[in-house]
Amino acid sequence: MATTHAKSGNSIGRIVLYTLLVFFCIYYLLPLYVMLVNSLKPLSEITAGGMMALPQEWTIAPWLSAWSSAQVGVEATGLRPYFLNSIIMVVPAVALSTIVGALNGYVLTKWPFRGATILFGLLLFGCFIPFQMVLIPMARMLGLMGLAGSVPGLIFVHFVYGIGFSTLYFRNYYAAFPTELVRAAQIDGAGFFRIFWRILLPSSGPIAVVCIIWQFTNIWNDFLFGASFSDFDSQPMTVALNNLVQSSTGVKEYNVHFAGAIMAALPTLLVYIVAGRYFVRGLMAGSVKG
Amino acid sequence: MGFLDIKQATKSYGAVQVLHETDISIEEGEFLVLVGPSGCGKSTLLNMIAGLENITSGEIAIRGKSMNGVKPADRNIAMVFQSYALYPNMTVSGNISFGMEMHGIEKSEREKRISQVSDLLQIKHLLDRKPGQLSGGQRQRVAMGRALVREPDVFLFDEPLSNLDAKLRVDMRTEIKKLHQKLGTTIVYVTHDQIEALTLSTRIAVMFGGYVQQLGTPKEIYDNPANMFVAGFMGSPSMNLFPAKVVSENGQSAAEVSLANGTKASIPFATEELASDVGRDIILGIRPEAITDRDGADRNSQAVHIVEAPVEVTEPAGSDTFVVSQIGGKDVTGRFRADVAVNAGDTFPFAFNMEKAVAFDPQSENRIA
Ligand SMILES: Nc1ncnc2c1ncn2[C@@H]1O[C@H](COP(=O)(O)OP(=O)(O)O)[C@@H](O)[C@H]1O
Ligand SMILES: [Mg+2]
Repeated sequence: MATTHAKSGNSIGRIVLYTLLVFFCIYYLLPLYVMLVNSLKPLSEITAGGMMALPQEWTIAPWLSAWSSAQVGVEATGLRPYFLNSIIMVVPAVALSTIVGALNGYVLTKWPFRGATILFGLLLFGCFIPFQMVLIPMARMLGLMGLAGSVPGLIFVHFVYGIGFSTLYFRNYYAAFPTELVRAAQIDGAGFFRIFWRILLPSSGPIAVVCIIWQFTNIWNDFLFGASFSDFDSQPMTVALNNLVQSSTGVKEYNVHFAGAIMAALPTLLVYIVAGRYFVRGLMAGSVKG
Repeated sequence: MGFLDIKQATKSYGAVQVLHETDISIEEGEFLVLVGPSGCGKSTLLNMIAGLENITSGEIAIRGKSMNGVKPADRNIAMVFQSYALYPNMTVSGNISFGMEMHGIEKSEREKRISQVSDLLQIKHLLDRKPGQLSGGQRQRVAMGRALVREPDVFLFDEPLSNLDAKLRVDMRTEIKKLHQKLGTTIVYVTHDQIEALTLSTRIAVMFGGYVQQLGTPKEIYDNPANMFVAGFMGSPSMNLFPAKVVSENGQSAAEVSLANGTKASIPFATEELASDVGRDIILGIRPEAITDRDGADRNSQAVHIVEAPVEVTEPAGSDTFVVSQIGGKDVTGRFRADVAVNAGDTFPFAFNMEKAVAFDPQSENRIA
């Protein structure tokens, strides 16, 4: 009696729990749904009301427009050039900050020197400096380096800003990496870079994925640096999206805006879908002994 | 000048000196074991020989050539680590060949040597596996293979057996000894296990607190410990150390000890080394196998003396029975034959083989006789 009672109480609890979870899930995914359906209907259907309804007439015209012909800022280029700007900004910035972070982690854990702890502390501190504080000094620096208003300038900014976090990730990961392996490789005759390349890097997959996802998401989604340090021809996707939404003359083409917004979100989404499994695994690594 | 010379080498981390001035000269083909409790500086000294730690002062030379400032890779040494330190991303053959590859040895030669070593260690069937797919004993073999294949001047081992279970440890110990006899390479071997030290070595350096306490052959270390630390550390069960007083009895010097029943007994020394020290307090050291039942005593000894002492505990151990009595306030263990009828509470004759007894100064803890 008592057990069946407990069991039914348990299953009622479960039903409530799952209902709540499904509810929150729908609630959370609702904006995506709204964006998706409205990007696939003609503007007239949106202005007639019924944001939630499925399209009566399905069309990909808003997508094509957002990609290649919509008015962004002063020119009707669509988002394509800015998407490319973002790609050529984010790939080197992520690659550089990840590589340098990995090297830093390697040196800090396996070749410690006087002041290594202090240096690491400063790098960590760098992670938590608010973006706004560096705007003016960074603008001045970029000017002095001749990189102001250019994509390489943005790469530089994101690269430098990313080092703190990528170092943190790799340092903590390599701290658990057996130092005896490095010593064995030293005796075997491998040098500084060879040990890094042949011994540490092949075992760094999980943390590299975590670092890459983190950096990619942050750099791709960044608006402040993009808005502050770019010119018309070097703006990243986020800034261009803002311009697209702001600059439409006459009627606001909501369906095009929605399509543009999804385009801006797509790469990060893709990275999560492709590498998400490794992301969780990488975050767990070290906490669970393999 | 030896094959491997450690000359007044020291090591400090900041203000903390973890290795005090150390002099050891090792001949070619020797098997030197550095033994001591955890934290005594064994690994530090080994890493200094390897070049993984630089030395604070002094010199280390191999084949008469100073190794100060020489990179580990250029010292022609190979090392086996406690954790085995196999590269997890490489196969067994990759692990074995990595060092040769780094030293620019050609592929055909590498393969020949891998094949020889894997035959020697019986790991041929494992060559394509990753370290993660091996058992502890197999990893141990691979780690040795990686060291052997380099054909080094000196092998360095840092507690190579301490991650194995007891049975495997004994087997591998025998194998290491066989390998040494077969190859005759110079070995420096670190362990905290005194039995490993006694069974494997040609010479032992007993270390404690950053000092080499004694350097000698296993027999010297066992029979003639230089101080109370070495006496207590080496041997299992360890040497009995208990307070006594030097007295003169019938013109012979003897050790007077107090028994648990309140009486005193005097046991004549085998020699007259302490004849001039009558009245002096000493610590008498005598191993369990030199305290036996009457019939179990060494027949060749000229100095077996019987002491009737109360038995506190008996510990049958199959082949022998360990019998404990309180002498001078310490538990003193004797090793009796298993079939001797002795029970706790009895007063029983203990036969002391005084030829094997040693004496220490209670203050300095150094050997005096
Ligand atoms: N990098 C280091 N910095 C400071 N002290 C150290 C360092 N490495 C070892 N020590 C100290 O040196 C002493 C000897 O260490 P070690 O040689 O590893 O001992 P063991 O005999 O157990 O191998 C220990 O007290 C240890 O704490
Ligand atoms: Mg050690």
